Amino acid sequence: MVGLHKSEFANPVINWIDTRLPIFTMMQKEYGVFPTPKNFNYFWNFGALAMVNLVIMIVTGIVLAMNYKPDAALAFDSVQRIMRDVNFGWMIRYVHANGASMFFIVTYIHLFRGLYYGSYKMPRELLWMIGVVILLLMMATAFMGYVLPWGQMSYWGATVITNLFSAIPVVGNSIVTWLWGGFAVGDATLNRFFSLHYLLPFVLVGVVFLHVAALHITGSNNPLGIEVKGPQDTLPFHPYYTVKDSVGICVFLLVFAVLVFFVPNFFSSPDNFIPANPLATPAEIVPEWYFLPFYAILRSVPNKLGGVMMMFGSIAVLFVLPWLDTSKVRSCKFRPVYRQFLFLLVIAVITLGTVGAHRPEGIWVYLGRVATLYYFLHFLVILPVLGKLERTLPLPESISRKVLPGGGGPLPGGAAAKPMEKM
Amino acid sequence: MADTMTVNGAHGAGGPGATKRDFLKLVASAGAVIGVGAIAWPLIDSMNPSADVLALSSVEVDLTPIAEGSGITVLWRGKPIFVRHRTAKEIKEAEDVKLSALIEPQADSARVKAGHAQWIVVIGICTHLGCIPLGNKPTDPRGDYGGWFCPCHGSQYDTSGRVRHGPAPLNLNLPDYAFESNTKIKIG
Repeated sequence: MVGLHKSEFANPVINWIDTRLPIFTMMQKEYGVFPTPKNFNYFWNFGALAMVNLVIMIVTGIVLAMNYKPDAALAFDSVQRIMRDVNFGWMIRYVHANGASMFFIVTYIHLFRGLYYGSYKMPRELLWMIGVVILLLMMATAFMGYVLPWGQMSYWGATVITNLFSAIPVVGNSIVTWLWGGFAVGDATLNRFFSLHYLLPFVLVGVVFLHVAALHITGSNNPLGIEVKGPQDTLPFHPYYTVKDSVGICVFLLVFAVLVFFVPNFFSSPDNFIPANPLATPAEIVPEWYFLPFYAILRSVPNKLGGVMMMFGSIAVLFVLPWLDTSKVRSCKFRPVYRQFLFLLVIAVITLGTVGAHRPEGIWVYLGRVATLYYFLHFLVILPVLGKLERTLPLPESISRKVLPGGGGPLPGGAAAKPMEKM
Repeated sequence: MADTMTVNGAHGAGGPGATKRDFLKLVASAGAVIGVGAIAWPLIDSMNPSADVLALSSVEVDLTPIAEGSGITVLWRGKPIFVRHRTAKEIKEAEDVKLSALIEPQADSARVKAGHAQWIVVIGICTHLGCIPLGNKPTDPRGDYGGWFCPCHGSQYDTSGRVRHGPAPLNLNLPDYAFESNTKIKIG
């Protein structure tokens, strides 16, 4: 019987399975007793929320695909059929469409949490980089999903975004023709976008798994940004954080439901109610709100290739963020100067988002350039320099010293917590 | 067993005597890389325009119904083609422009067929980000240079389809076309 897992589960069926494939033991270890810092605030809900959101998107997407037709002649009408004739089709589609917006809201807050509390720093660099990969995959999936209803904004959004690749010297036009499968966005393009839009979420699941696996090696960061020093600093994930996450999920679903049932078209463009027409460009092409800051960066640069490179660079810079930030202190709580700059960054990104929604004229051009400049200045100049110069506030001795007067006693569960002086 | 492996390992670790095993490793890896490439290419190439798309690559256009001063749009390879009948004044304007005043200098004579200067045929896709410029109908906005005007980001083209005002970087592209008779062209 060498090699069989020694299971501690009493239930004979679970025990039988667990002995041969210890998934119950694994779940118990990773989601049951998993030691989690005891000082999480609600910002730490957003990872779980993103995961719930991904599941919602996959489930609604699979059902939608049963009624959608990825054909340039049929796509628009098949979406209208889903909205009018398919049982609950309107609800499933609105959940899916608004789910994309919710996904980005949740993910952007999750990303901000990482920036504010320094979650990208040693030893969580790889965890962070996997997160950036997730963001890129999400963007690609969302972009291709937006093309599928085959309205005017779908069509012209696809045209403008795929044309970005024509800025690449020499091979640009061949790449664009290859992406299109023709000489303009057309049936072939729609068909392959549908194929990839169905595929990428499952790739996303795989990368999310790696993200979580990496998280469970390093352990979570926390609002103080100091490492866990022992059992007195942690709580078991269940029931403490399963319950805390559930509170967040309720609020999340509440907001989601308001969007779906009261303002389902809040984020969508009226132009997408017009079927795609390759011979008429809408007066104003605006991407979905979650792409606006990047679109604004693209348009802030007068040179076509330069604009495209800056836009992709704005994401690429996040990849190397762990090495750009030279400060050893993670949490903004102890970095008063950095905190001001981070809020400036947030203002710059919101400004870019606003600029992206307006025609590039007058004040908007100027604002877009200033905000673009600050975005890159923040990451490439301020972060490396500030880490060396800033006087950070003194860090607390440990999480429980800071959270509980007297340092906190042993765990309620009676885990082997020693007095922390001896740790 | 362990002994042979050590021996091979020692030989394989570079040094002056490259072994037969090194050679086999190289050939095998190179073969695998070529094999993967050979398998990948059909999959990649399947995403390029297919035979039926390419087959639709030429159209004939009858020019007789196009009145002087206006143009029509025909669809060629899924792209709009502007065929415009220029007035004598428009031709003169296009020919008289100094090349140094252009963003992408190109003489008007290089953009029309010899002897058919009244016909300008361009691909109606803005070279900025692919929108369709306005200006084929005399009632459309045509910009300051009398040609075409792109509503997306404000690029302006003259009556020769040359860009005169950014952000578009290039002149409107020209499709391959030929006059089959004085009143008929074949595009593609």
